[in-house]
Amino acid sequence: MSALVAPAAVRPGDPRHLAGTGTLLRLALRRDRLMIPVWVLLLGLSVVATGPSFASLYDTATKRAELAASMNANGSLRALYGPVFGDSLGGLVAWRMAGFGAVLAAVMSLLIVIRHTREEEEAGRQELLSAAVVGRRAPLTAALLAALVADAGVAVLTAAGLAASGRPVGGSLALGVAIGGTGLLFAALAAIAAQLTESARLAKGLTGAVLGAAFALRAAGDASADGGSPLTWLSPIGWAQHLRAYAGERWWVVLLLAATTALATAAAYALTARRDLGMSFLPARPGPARAPRSLGGPTGLAWRLQRTTLAGWTAGLALAGAVFGGIAKGAASLVDGNQRTREIFERLGGQQSLTDAFLASITGLLGMVAALYAVGAVLRMRAEETGGRAEPVLAGAVGRLRWAGGHLVIALVGTAVVLAAAGLTLGIAYGASVGDVAGGTGRVLAATLAQVPAVWTLAAVAMAVLGLLPRAAGAVWALTGGCLALGWFGPVLRLPQWALDLSPYGHLPKLPGGAVTAAPFLWLTALSVVLISAGLVGLRRRDIG
Amino acid sequence: MTKAIPPFPAIRVAGLRKSFGRTHALDGLDLRVEPGEVHGFLGPNGAGKSTTIRVLLGLLRSDGGTAQVLGKDPWHSAVEIHRHVAYVPGDVTLWRNLSGGEVIDLYGRLHRGSGAKRPPWRGGGGRRAGLDATRRDELLERFELDPTKKGRTYSKGNRQKVALVAAFASDVDLLILDEPTSGLDPLMEEVFQSCVAEERDRGRTVLLSSHVLSEVEALCDRVSIIRKGRTVESGSLGELRHLTRTTVVAELAGPPAGLDGLPGVHGLTVQPLQGGPACRVRLQADTDRLGAVLGPLGAAGLRSLTSTPPTLEELFLRHYQDDLRPDAGQQDGARPAGTVAR
Repeated sequence: MSALVAPAAVRPGDPRHLAGTGTLLRLALRRDRLMIPVWVLLLGLSVVATGPSFASLYDTATKRAELAASMNANGSLRALYGPVFGDSLGGLVAWRMAGFGAVLAAVMSLLIVIRHTREEEEAGRQELLSAAVVGRRAPLTAALLAALVADAGVAVLTAAGLAASGRPVGGSLALGVAIGGTGLLFAALAAIAAQLTESARLAKGLTGAVLGAAFALRAAGDASADGGSPLTWLSPIGWAQHLRAYAGERWWVVLLLAATTALATAAAYALTARRDLGMSFLPARPGPARAPRSLGGPTGLAWRLQRTTLAGWTAGLALAGAVFGGIAKGAASLVDGNQRTREIFERLGGQQSLTDAFLASITGLLGMVAALYAVGAVLRMRAEETGGRAEPVLAGAVGRLRWAGGHLVIALVGTAVVLAAAGLTLGIAYGASVGDVAGGTGRVLAATLAQVPAVWTLAAVAMAVLGLLPRAAGAVWALTGGCLALGWFGPVLRLPQWALDLSPYGHLPKLPGGAVTAAPFLWLTALSVVLISAGLVGLRRRDIG
Repeated sequence: MTKAIPPFPAIRVAGLRKSFGRTHALDGLDLRVEPGEVHGFLGPNGAGKSTTIRVLLGLLRSDGGTAQVLGKDPWHSAVEIHRHVAYVPGDVTLWRNLSGGEVIDLYGRLHRGSGAKRPPWRGGGGRRAGLDATRRDELLERFELDPTKKGRTYSKGNRQKVALVAAFASDVDLLILDEPTSGLDPLMEEVFQSCVAEERDRGRTVLLSSHVLSEVEALCDRVSIIRKGRTVESGSLGELRHLTRTTVVAELAGPPAGLDGLPGVHGLTVQPLQGGPACRVRLQADTDRLGAVLGPLGAAGLRSLTSTPPTLEELFLRHYQDDLRPDAGQQDGARPAGTVAR
């Protein structure tokens, strides 16, 4: 490592480079005192809780062996979840959660590292800290240590929880290390990205892209061959799975993870030693000196601010649609053999044919996820307002309604665009798998678009709160989360219909396959109009800022 | 470039009140800005300058009193007024991924609005107000601003320049500038001052809220000083000076007689020079009583005399320092707002 560092008055190994690391680490942990525990608990507990849920769904060795065999036989399911290495209860937990948990740990780690490195520099706060007795390497070290604390927490909670619930200790440890270790590797990769870009957002995107590529490589590798292909071994997510927890652990994979993490960390330190504070290796590109014609008013501005987000959501949901469409046929045949899983899907998706029930549960899921886009797009106005950027716009010859109208149109039309993209890929992928693209696509697309009025209702609630109770804008997220939780867990928990009806999604028919009446669509749309009007009236009457 | 004068003041505010919860940000504020003048708007932090400006822009709704901008109510006719007003906030925030040039053009286009026509006193029905492209490029050069950088990479001073270029390049009647030079270096401060002077020469009205008293002294025809949401002083600098004290330092051949106890003389100190009878006298005199001071000084053998009119800083500090005294509130009530009649 020292060979990479340019000669300096203070030698690279000098402890003075690390001065202040302890203080910065305490600052980071203090700032993340809520974020890290919530991540660790949710991540660890969701892995541990998979055990009991599999135990009740697949309660005999025969059922588990059947599940494992059929999963491994289906290429698209292998692509989504990876191969099943062992049909013990622990083996199934590892199959389901090793890759998923590793992805979540990676996201957590990259957020922590970027937050305490590039984000601090970009905001100018690091300048003040670095002017104190803080070594050149201290901020990066403190950020990596904060990620280490979180990842170790996930590993320990996972391993201890699984072992305590009766799974073999060796396998539990292997799974914990696989998830926490992948998280740590992505912490190191995020540390490299933080040196490369000037903007924290770009650094997060870059690390996220690496994570996406790792997932895609593993999916491609596992789809092409049962038990993995060389492609799988190019992906850290693949390593986490191929550590084979509960199925004859390959402990040497841990060395692979550790060595890569060490290399990436060394690279990040070498880069940080060769650059100035606030600077980067990929400098920000200059923009145009003049505004394009499209940036001509509040609506053009709203489009400019929101178009990237909309494109990202459209691409993401289209991808999700394609994946779910591809596995729909296989999933239905699998579910058919298991009475309890079947019941769950029927409650989520309706009493029609099992494939339709599966598809309906997916369109419902897509509709709920789209609400996150729509609410975020409406609340962008609040961010503009509190950030002081709305004020100069409204000091122009721009009425408040015109300003809000631009963002609202993008949120409402964007909802339809996002869902149309998802419905289209879902329909095409499903149609291709059953050999009837023409017949399947239109039906599935219509079923997905049927979610739009419910999403609009939640967006309209956001607008109403924005206009009438702007300080409570954050509560809209809690309300949206509540509606999603009702939609996701309500049917599984057999909640009564009046409880499900609290969410706008509870009023939609289960499509495709269910009976359709116009009434719920009409009154959900009417309710949206009323809520948006109330919000706009409130916005016109209140103070800005 | 001079224009016909519109038949009403550019800004007329009377008894304006605005509360945020229990805080009374504005407590009966008065302000009058005539067309074509550069009006200094002074006050310590938290005095209510920005709140007043936000009410004038129709962003905040006042709780009481009246406000008129270009003859219209800012709450009800905000859009109409904004076609003829450019605004520079004290803390300019830009969109991270829009370049400075894009923001300047955007602000210019936002001012144009839809169907904006010139007001009747400027020959109504003419071309639309908007951004003057030649002036934009000239201003970019003078402020040494690179318009291709993205919003997130600008320093505080450069963000301020983005808003200033947009405001000065806009074809408007009234400029509202809220501490516009807080991030500028002295060179750019000079460019700013010459730009404001040009705006005045073109017949535009400027409301300049500022902390930089030398800037206000150099630019403003009239000033209003506010404190705790009320106007405590308003008038031309000459008028304000007339009400306050001039500092007089004199060297005399012998000690003066009759200065002590003379009405209008304050803070008299007599300091002997080189042990002899000669002495240096330092005093402050009410400006309208200056003549009475000269008699005793001349009688005592005047050798040299300097008389310094009060700086704006002294005018300002006089009101500032009241805050340090426990009876400040009562004094304030006794002094009518807007002491100097126009």
